[in-house]
Amino acid sequence: MTTDIRSTSWVNTNHPAPAQKPPATEVGVLGWLRTNLFSGIGNSLLTVVTLVALYFIVTNVVRWLLGAFWEPIWVNRKLFAVGQYPLEQLWQPAIVLLMVSLLFGLSAGRWGNIMRNLGIGLGALLLALALIPIGLQAQMVMAASLALLVIGYFIGVRVAISSRWLALAWVLSLPATFVILLGGVNLPTLGVTWNFAPLVESNLWGGLMLTMLLAVVGIALSFPIGVLLALGRRSNLPVVKVFCVGYIELIRGVPLITLLFMGMTMLPLFLPSTWGNPSQLVRAMTAITLFSAAYLAENVRGGLQAIPKGQYEAADALGFSGFDKLRFIILPQALTKVIPAIVGQFIGLFKDTSLASLVGLLELVAVGKAVIQQPAWMGVTGGVAKEVYIFIALVFFIFSFGMSFASRKLESKLGFGKR
Amino acid sequence: MAGHAEDADIIVAKNVNKWYGEFHALKNVSLTVKRREVVVIIGPSGSGKSTFIRTINRLEEHQSGDIVVDGIPLTRDVRNIEAIRMETGMVFQQFNLFPHLTVMQNITLAPIHVRKMKKQEAEARAMQLLERVGIPEQAHKYPGQLSGGQQQRVAIARALAMQPKIMLFDEPTSALDPEMIREVLEVMEELAESGMTMVVVTHEMGFAKGVADRIVFMDSGEIVEIGAPAHFFTNPQHDRTKLFLQQILK
Repeated sequence: MTTDIRSTSWVNTNHPAPAQKPPATEVGVLGWLRTNLFSGIGNSLLTVVTLVALYFIVTNVVRWLLGAFWEPIWVNRKLFAVGQYPLEQLWQPAIVLLMVSLLFGLSAGRWGNIMRNLGIGLGALLLALALIPIGLQAQMVMAASLALLVIGYFIGVRVAISSRWLALAWVLSLPATFVILLGGVNLPTLGVTWNFAPLVESNLWGGLMLTMLLAVVGIALSFPIGVLLALGRRSNLPVVKVFCVGYIELIRGVPLITLLFMGMTMLPLFLPSTWGNPSQLVRAMTAITLFSAAYLAENVRGGLQAIPKGQYEAADALGFSGFDKLRFIILPQALTKVIPAIVGQFIGLFKDTSLASLVGLLELVAVGKAVIQQPAWMGVTGGVAKEVYIFIALVFFIFSFGMSFASRKLESKLGFGKR
Repeated sequence: MAGHAEDADIIVAKNVNKWYGEFHALKNVSLTVKRREVVVIIGPSGSGKSTFIRTINRLEEHQSGDIVVDGIPLTRDVRNIEAIRMETGMVFQQFNLFPHLTVMQNITLAPIHVRKMKKQEAEARAMQLLERVGIPEQAHKYPGQLSGGQQQRVAIARALAMQPKIMLFDEPTSALDPEMIREVLEVMEELAESGMTMVVVTHEMGFAKGVADRIVFMDSGEIVEIGAPAHFFTNPQHDRTKLFLQQILK
C-alpha cells in the first residue's frame, strides 16, 4: 500500500504491516561469502592468494610441531616451575598453592563473577597438571589444590563470609606467601629471626613461581600507590600536585629496564643504612612497583576525569566529607570505567617481569635461557631455543588471556543496567 | 507574627555578589526566606537564578555579601558548610543519581555515612520515602533502568532522606520529557503542602502560580521584582518583568 503524497488526509488501514524476509542473497553463508570474500575480481584474487599462503604456513608449522624436540622442557619441568628451590622443601610452595586455591575458591563462591571466572581458569589448570604425569607428589598437590578450590567454592556459596574478612585474608596472603617460601622471618636489622624450616633465600626462588610473585606483588602494591598518585595529581595543594606530576612524568619518561638496573645499583643509597642490603628480589619488586604505579595513576586519572561534575555536586549537597565522597561515589565509578585499561596494564606488567631476567633473577625467561645452554642439548641440531621460547610464550599467553577474559566478564557485569 | 519562632527567617542572603572572572554573575542579591515558605525564582537563562540557589549550599562560592542558613553563617569554615549542607537538600536538573548504586543505596548512603543512621532504620525510612514519591517497586533497580521522571523522584527522596529543613530545586523538570513533568511537580506540590521550606528555580509557571508563596524575578544577575503570584501574574510592575511574562505566557 502506498501513500498518495498529495493527499492532506489519509489513514493507513493496513497497519501494522507484517514484517517480510530479506532477499536470500543478503543473508546466510552464501550471502556472507559473496559480500566479504568475492565481491569483485580484486577481492576474489586476494582471497585465493591468502588461502594458498595460509595453507603453506599451517602445514609447515604443523610439520615442525610434530617433529619438535620437547624433551628439554619435560626434563626441566621443576626448574620451570620453581627454579632452584630445594627439592626437599617443595612442600612450602605447595602450601602457598593450597592457600591460594582455597582463597580463590572462597572468593569465587562469595563474590562470583570475575573471581568465579578466574577460579574456573585456575581449576582447569590444576586439573590438567594433576592428570599429566609430572610426578606423583606434584600431581597430588595439584589434586589437593583443586579439591580445596571446589570445597572453598561451596563454602563461599553456602556460608555468608564477611567480604571484609575475605579481603583481609587476601591482603595477608601476600606476606604469608613470603614467610612460607622463605621458611620463616629473617629481618636481622629489626632483630627478628625465626624459622620453621631451613631458610630458603630468595635468590633460589625462580621459574613461573617467581614470575607470578613479581607480577602479583607489582599489581597489589602499585594499585593503591597509583590511585593515591592520581588523586594527588588533581589535588588543590600545589606541593602535593607538583610532587605527583613530577613523579609520574619522571617514571613514565624512562624504560623499565633502566629502573631495574637503578634498583640493583642505587636502591641502598635511598634507604637508611640500618636497613641493610635488600635482596635482589626486593630491588626488582620495588622497581616494578614504582614503574607500574606511575602508569596506573594516569589510567585512574582518565577515569576520574570521566566522572561528571554533577556527581561531585550531588555528593557535596548531601554533606559527604571529601574522603567519603571519594570512597563511596567517585572512585567506584572512576575505577570501573578504567578496568579495561588497568587490566591491560597488569597484563603488560605480567609480561614485563621477564625483564627481571636481565638483572639476575631466575624467572621464567631466565630459566629458559639456562635450559637452552644445558650441555645435554648441545648435540641437538638447530638447538632447543625454538621449543623453549614457544613453551615460555605459551605460559605467558595462558595467564594473560585468562586475565583479559576475566576482565571482559567484569565489565559486562558492572554495566549498571543500561544507561 | 514577627519574632515568633515558627516564622523566623531560615535563609537570609544580604548583598551577595559573585563574579566568574570578569563576568558579574550575581549583583547585590538580597533575599530572605521564611520557614515553611515556598519561593519560586524565575527569569531568563543566564539571569543568575541557578547560581544564586547554588551559593546557598556552597556549590558556588560567593565573593562578597552574607548568607545565613538556619542561624549558621556560610563561611569558608568546612564545619559550617557541612552543617548547612546537612540542613539543605538539593534536587538537580540532571538528577545526578549515583549510577553505580541501586535506588535504595542511593537514598540510604548519606543517612548511613553522614547522619550515622543504622542501616535498617535508613532502609525503612527510604521505603517510606519511595512510597511517598510513588515508586516503592523500583527500590532495587539501578538509576539507568528508570525513566527521567522516576529518576527525579528518586533524587527528591534521596534529598529528603537526610531530613533537611530546606529543599533547593534547580530546574527540576527542565531535563524531562513533557509527559513526565507532571509526576515530578505533583511530588513537589505534596512536599510544599506538608510545610517544607522550598526554594525552586523553574520555568513551570503553573507550579509558580499554584504553589509559590512568593515569586522572585531575576535578570542579568539581579533581583528585579518580588511578589505574591496574584500580584506577579496580574499586575507586574517592572518593564523587564512584563516583557518576560509576555514572552513565556504567550
